[in-house]
Amino acid sequence: MDRRPPSFYFLSAFFVLFLLFLYGPTFTIGILSFQGPQGGLTFPMRGVSMHWFADLFQEQAVGDIWGAFRRSFALGLMVMVTTVVVSVMAGLAFRKRFAGSAVLFYLAITSLVIPSILISLGVGLIFNQLGLKIHWATSGFGSQLTWTLPFGLLIMFAVFNRFDRSFEEAARDQGATAWQTLRHVVLPIIAPSLIGVALFGFTLSYDEFARTLLTAGSYNTLPLEIFGMTTNVTTPVIYALGTLTTLFSFAVIGSCLLLVWLMGKRRARFGSDAGKGL
Amino acid sequence: MQIRNRHLLGWLEAVPLTLVLVAFLVAPIVMIVIVSFWGATEFSIYPAFQFDNYAYLFGSKVVLSVFISTFKYALITWIFTFAIGFTVAYFLAFHIRSLTMQVALFLICTIPFWTSNIIRMISWIPFLGRNGIANQTLISWGVIDEPLEWLLYSDFSVILAFVHLYTLFMVVPIFNTMMRIDKSLLEAARDNGASGFQTLRHVILPLTKPGIMIGTIFVVTLVMGDFITVRFMSGSQSANVGRLISNDIGLLQYPSAAATAVVLLCTVLIVIAILLRFVNIRKEL
Repeated sequence: MDRRPPSFYFLSAFFVLFLLFLYGPTFTIGILSFQGPQGGLTFPMRGVSMHWFADLFQEQAVGDIWGAFRRSFALGLMVMVTTVVVSVMAGLAFRKRFAGSAVLFYLAITSLVIPSILISLGVGLIFNQLGLKIHWATSGFGSQLTWTLPFGLLIMFAVFNRFDRSFEEAARDQGATAWQTLRHVVLPIIAPSLIGVALFGFTLSYDEFARTLLTAGSYNTLPLEIFGMTTNVTTPVIYALGTLTTLFSFAVIGSCLLLVWLMGKRRARFGSDAGKGL
Repeated sequence: MQIRNRHLLGWLEAVPLTLVLVAFLVAPIVMIVIVSFWGATEFSIYPAFQFDNYAYLFGSKVVLSVFISTFKYALITWIFTFAIGFTVAYFLAFHIRSLTMQVALFLICTIPFWTSNIIRMISWIPFLGRNGIANQTLISWGVIDEPLEWLLYSDFSVILAFVHLYTLFMVVPIFNTMMRIDKSLLEAARDNGASGFQTLRHVILPLTKPGIMIGTIFVVTLVMGDFITVRFMSGSQSANVGRLISNDIGLLQYPSAAATAVVLLCTVLIVIAILLRFVNIRKEL
């Protein structure tokens, strides 16, 4: 191994500083959420307690946190499933380079870069003028899809650009129909990436604020609820909520990574029958 | 029956995506454009075809200054996110030798982004406030005697929050393109006597351009469309176009909000059109 150049140590230090910058604030509120009952929003700590976490579970203290959480969770799952299905279909479509695909592609990119508040405003206005009731499961759902679908599509592009088409050819040569090829060859191969798309869909939806602002209706999602709290809650209960939502994200993402890892192991074990005389 | 026409099959598979985009992207934009010509009273909006909203927008000095500060935020944030993002991506791609380690370090960078945006924003407050950690540390070190007032609720804190929120959007695409650079090109540069800096300047930078452009598009559009970070971190003392729109919405002045939104949309699209001249995104995925 070559000796490390001096720049390596300089860049390592830079990287560590970058990590401190990324983690510092989150750690700060993590610590502050264990503030004693008399403590405020800043240091010093006045004792250490679980008081503010307990406070979160007394509904009257902080509004409808748990209702908001349930709605965000349900919405996240809806968005997740839709994102996976629609992105895979669109990804397959784009492989065929059908006429007009360029227009659809630029539409998706526009959807990604358009300021979120415009979607919120536009969808809100349409529902209003059509006399429809805005609701998180209708207008909110659609608005969030304009943000998750383009991401899903971009991931599918990356996946299919690295996809070895000879597997499909082999399946076709063995007489598989298009559907059988998709079901038994393409989908299993891209499955780990689909977990990535699902994870993206869920977390983007779970955290989406601007696109849901004018489209969620009278029942708030969790980010909207947190936003409301920031303007009228002046106790560390909001930090406790922050710490809990962070832990929740950890749990979701951790289990997804575990799933990918398990699939990888299973594949290594059962994936190939080469040399087994089958 | 088997469908054999690839255009037809392609369209069938693309129908759901198209429907969502038409209903929740195209239709809302059209609606915003229409409403931007409408009029408003204090309580309601009414259909009309008048240019009042635009006349007001283009005539107002306040609006102009808000647009200028929007560009200012975007530019400064871009400079910082690019400098940090490029350095971090460079370190991960060229100085870390094993793939496992690269992936592990990269994941460590993404973990803070698993927390809610708004939580990440408010987590700066105990840090930067008058009695926050930053001020107390600086005072205890004897660097300053009085707490710095400009740390929180200032342009400084707004840009700090932007850099905190969006640097990863720069790291990911740059890292992605750097990983695809053929390492033998770097060796060739070294064999030809190029210094480390020359290699960076003449080999790595040009080859990383597509990633830089994609990151730039993300950062610039996110910052230009933002309204919540500016409101939080400036303590409602600064404004950008996004805030202008959300204020109008709060006052139920939808036609005026719509007109501002149209101007913002055009601005963003022009910026992106300029950036896209440097890169073909479809080829880069």
